[in-house]
Amino acid sequence: MAQDTLSHVKETTASRAGQSKVEFRHVSKAYGEEWDLEPVIENLSVDVLPGELTVIVGPSGCGKSTLVNLIAGFEKPDSGKILLDDSLVTGPARDRMVVFQESALIPWQTTYENIVFGPKLRGDLKGKALRAEAEHLLVKVGLSEFKNKYPLQLSGGMQRRAELARALINNPRIMIMDEPFRGLDAMSRGLMQEFFLRLFEENRRTNLFVTSEIDEAIFLADRIVVLSNRPAQVREVIEVNLPRPRDYKMLNSPEAYEIKREAMAILHEEAMKSFKSGSGADFAETYGKAGN
Amino acid sequence: MTDIAQPSHTGASAMPKKRSRLHNLAANKSLWRGITAIAVFLVIWEIGARWDEWFGKEWMIPGIGLIPPPSDVFEVWLTVLPKPGYWNSWYQSLARVLSGFLSAMIIGIPFGLALAVNKYFRDIFFPPFEILRPIPPLAWVPASLIFWPTNEMSIAFVTFLGAFFTIVINVVGGARTIDVRYLRAAQSMGASQWDLFSKIILPGTLPSIFTGAAVGMGITWEVVLAAEMISGGGTQGGGGLGFFIWNSYMGGSLEQIVVGMISIGIAGYLCSSAIRMLGDWFMPWRRLF
Repeated sequence: MAQDTLSHVKETTASRAGQSKVEFRHVSKAYGEEWDLEPVIENLSVDVLPGELTVIVGPSGCGKSTLVNLIAGFEKPDSGKILLDDSLVTGPARDRMVVFQESALIPWQTTYENIVFGPKLRGDLKGKALRAEAEHLLVKVGLSEFKNKYPLQLSGGMQRRAELARALINNPRIMIMDEPFRGLDAMSRGLMQEFFLRLFEENRRTNLFVTSEIDEAIFLADRIVVLSNRPAQVREVIEVNLPRPRDYKMLNSPEAYEIKREAMAILHEEAMKSFKSGSGADFAETYGKAGN
Repeated sequence: MTDIAQPSHTGASAMPKKRSRLHNLAANKSLWRGITAIAVFLVIWEIGARWDEWFGKEWMIPGIGLIPPPSDVFEVWLTVLPKPGYWNSWYQSLARVLSGFLSAMIIGIPFGLALAVNKYFRDIFFPPFEILRPIPPLAWVPASLIFWPTNEMSIAFVTFLGAFFTIVINVVGGARTIDVRYLRAAQSMGASQWDLFSKIILPGTLPSIFTGAAVGMGITWEVVLAAEMISGGGTQGGGGLGFFIWNSYMGGSLEQIVVGMISIGIAGYLCSSAIRMLGDWFMPWRRLF
């Protein structure tokens, strides 16, 4: 099924890295049985523009991960459509690579085996060329010394970098990051954000980045899409015009502060709505820690 | 640090890999703790069992005072060791355990994987499986004695059942709790159905297969021993360590009963060690460093 689209994908990804776009057109998705449907996403339309880093933020439990599953093709929308470069997304494929929450490296494969997993499955990159590409990526993510270690033997930050390499070797048209740095300690998280940003700024491969951390969003994003409480809709799109290459000090600039104030106000409003509608757990999760 | 070429104590300890296996074994603290624990256990047992001998009948410690002391057991063991009958018991029990266990693995693993992977297969075979599973293996003994032509075959069948259900239920559980993100990641990268099975589901189920094997091995020993006690001596479905114990009981040799019990303990330990070693070998990714 995936095989017959491969040759076509290979040609287009090579030539169009950083030029691909994603469009969500009136996408709705609900879970549950027919008589008890729980809408998670309702009539959501948003664009992920070519060469941009689009960050999605929203109150926790608002359907961000569902959005990721839809664009990756793991799930299908109930209505509406998702277009990648004007063609309909129908299932998972190597042109959309996901870096998952926590780490989804395959535990029984070494770092190296994880990285070459995709090309080996498809057989589109072999022998010397594959080894060279893998070594190149290992150097890039600073894991050459750890290529024969298993994921369990790597630190959290190393695991995330290995996963980035595993996604990049497939040369996807867009990268989908689903709260990739969640679960890292503050220090590694900061370092990973900077590392990831350098990687992105290198070739500006179109990127959809989901997070619940507003500082992370501002630091990384070209545009921030703020989602509403469940069912998710686009509440606001905020342009982040901080210059690139960026560094952490920019988060203290007046522009960054203004964006943060605006986004926090919307998120707070949305979290309050979910609190009032009875799902207090969402409120506690989003604001319990910050309030202390 | 100052002189690298000079061989010294610090130089030797900085390179632990250069040491001999024996040296490593001698330095293994866990091993020494284990040996000490067993030694202390034996000493307490010896003292407890001999208390009445030393201080008079009225000082006999209830329970432990009735058990023969380990030194006596060891003495009897020494007389039993050269006898071919004793080793034959080992051989018979081990052969039964291994045949039951291996056939349960060979049939149970593919069956469990099929249950986990295929919905139709699961819908059809899981309900009867779940009804048969709660029946204790020993409850199968009378029926299998009638059904199978020889005693040996009924014992083999009952041991097979003992391990089979445990292995299957572990395989199903393991295969169905594999992190869906591994499957999704593989799908994104272009994995076929067969790739998903052979590269994700099968290795992902290995830990549960070995858990099932370890538990199943224990049950197999229980079942074999009980079956041997029920079926008695003789060439047909008799003998084995279970019969060895039963025979010692009939002959009134307390020491020999304990010899039989410890033999089973050692045999069981050897079997589960073998499974653990195989598990380590098959799953290098589970070793932390």
